[in-house]
Formats: sequence, C-alpha cells, structure tokens
Amino acid sequence: MTPLRVSIAAALAAGLLLFVIIELIRSRRLQERYALLWLLTCVVILVFAVWRGALSELAGLVGIAYPPSALFVLAAFFILVVLLHYSTVISDLSERNLTLAQRIALLEQQLRALQKERAD
Amino acid sequence: MAFLVAELAQPIARSGDQSLTAYKRLAIVPALNEEASVAAVIDEIRRVDQDFEIVVVDDGSTDGTAEAAARAGAVVVRLPYNLGIGGAVQTGYQYARDHGFELAVQIDGDGQHDPSELERLIRPIVEGEADLTVGTRFAGARLYRSPFGRRIGIRLFAGVVSAMVRRRVTDPTSGFRAVNRRGIRLFAADYPHDFPEVESSVLAVRHRLRMLEVPVAMRERATGRSSITTGRGIYYMIKVMLALFISLFRRYPPLEEER
Repeated sequence: MTPLRVSIAAALAAGLLLFVIIELIRSRRLQERYALLWLLTCVVILVFAVWRGALSELAGLVGIAYPPSALFVLAAFFILVVLLHYSTVISDLSERNLTLAQRIALLEQQLRALQKERAD
Repeated sequence: MAFLVAELAQPIARSGDQSLTAYKRLAIVPALNEEASVAAVIDEIRRVDQDFEIVVVDDGSTDGTAEAAARAGAVVVRLPYNLGIGGAVQTGYQYARDHGFELAVQIDGDGQHDPSELERLIRPIVEGEADLTVGTRFAGARLYRSPFGRRIGIRLFAGVVSAMVRRRVTDPTSGFRAVNRRGIRLFAADYPHDFPEVESSVLAVRHRLRMLEVPVAMRERATGRSSITTGRGIYYMIKVMLALFISLFRRYPPLEEER
C-alpha cells in the first residue's frame, strides 16, 4: 500500500497544479485547447493519489513493486504526451508562419508593382 | 518513359522551333546575400532567352541583393525573414501560379547554374515529354567536381531515390529544374522546407508527374559558399532520409486536371 504521506503530498501537488492551471485559463494566459491535456494530467494524478487501492492495483498490474513509483510513471507519461502535443503545435505554427511570410512577400511585390504602374 | 540522355545531348535547333517560345515562362532565382552575382545571373538569363520573366526571391538578405536584382530588371519578391531555400523557392512557384505562368525554371542566384543550359532543360517540358526536368551534373559531358563527402551523399541519395521512383536518377540534389503548369501547381501548394531538392523529386513522381533528368554542365559557384557544411551535411542526410522514409507511408493523389 502507498504510504499515507505520499498520497497526501501527491494529492496536494496535483491540487495545486490544478489550481494554477485554472487560474491561468481564467486570466486568459492559457487557452482552453492547450489546457485540456494538463487538466487531464492533474485529474488522473489526483485520482490515483487519493484512491490508493486503485494505485496498488495499477502498480501490481504492470509489475511495479512500490505503488508510489506508479504515480511517477503515470506523471512522466502524461508529461511526454503533453510535450509531444506541443511539438505538433510548434510544427503547425511554423507552417502557418511560413505561409504568412510568403503571402506577405507576394502581396508586397504586387503592391509595389501597382504603385509603380500608377506612378507611370 | 525512356531516359532521353542521348537524344537531348544533340544541339537544339533554334530557328523554326515555334513551340519553344510559345510558353509563358518564369525563371525563379532564389537568392540569399548574392549581391555580387545576382545581376550577372539575371543578365545571362536575358541574353539566353529574353522571353523569360525573372523573379528573384530574396530570402531575407542583409546585403543589397534585392536592390541589385531590381536594378537588373527582375521582379523582386522580398521575404520578411529567412525561410530557407525551400520556402524561398516555393514562393517563386506561388508567384508563377498566381500570374498564370506555364513553365517555370529554378536557377540559383550564385552563378552555379549556367543559363545557357536553360534551353536544354526546358525542351522536354515544352515538347510535352516531361512535367519536371532536373539538370544533372553527372550524366553530362563535362565532369563536375564536388567534394568527396558530398559525392558519397549524392550517390546514396541517388540510390535511394532511384529505388523509390523506380527509375535511374543520378543527381537528386540538383536545384537546376524546370516544371510545367502541373509542376507549378504542385510545388506552389506543397514543397519541402529545408534541403528540398531530393524530397521534391520524390514528391513530384509520387504525384504521378513525369520526371526527366537532363545532363547539363554546371560551374563552380561564382561567389559565396555552400550552405552545406559537414555538420549540416550529416543533419541533411538524416533529415531527408527520414522524410523519404515517411513518404513511403503517405498517399499522394494524382493531380486533378485543371478546369
């Protein structure tokens, strides 16, 4: 069984993170679409921190002898997922950035050509 | 499609060949800090074929590249910041698409590509034998000397690309290319970002464009230095190999005909 202290500490940490995320959303510094994965992470950690039986069950299932380690593994996995998600977001942004730069350059050229045409 | 080297090696008769001038054609010259050589490239293209409209895509140069190109009479498209060769070239293809060009050639602003070879490059396009032609350094008469490491890399890519497109390709890294309207439409919409040459060839073939290599002579670069240093070369190899590998698992619909 998970030591009670570990459960309390983990629950507090997850709760704090949850509060910070919600505050970030509230103050519009974090968009909901990018907060969802974080919220899910918090909730899952919180659930397994409080529901100690489930954590032991989960640890036993994948062969982890010390149940609190399962909590770490779970957290690490979610962080990986969040990071991967960010990589896709960055790729998407850089793609849009490229398209935008190209469009601006072509429009600028067109504008200069039109201005020149009018001046002549 | 046969590999038409022997036929293409023949001198091209200029007189009486109406079809060669019928196409509305664009020369795309990507340039990054080529102030010293870009005007000469423009002049040379003009001298070879005055029907070419020339667009210089200035990829965020910090010198007078754009001014030099404009003085030489080219259309200048200035990117707001450096996009890399792929993004710059694609901008040229977008210009070609937006202005209804029927043929576009890609020719470097550093003087490495010889404009006098242009006609040889575009001939298969004009005659409807290919959608994309690539000027190759290795099938030609004059031997192009490149550093050992690079030559190994090119060989490797040549092997991989040849296997992927099921045809012999000798110089997949060459940036001296010509495309018809289908190629323009494809590349304007989808073009690899950095180190685009190898990938774009495969992309075109996977989209059922007919690609043809044309032997051309290339020169040592007039100014500037290769963008590919040893460290970047290794990154280049790995990045392009990854892209090629992934492309095996993508679907490439054939381009639909234009309305």
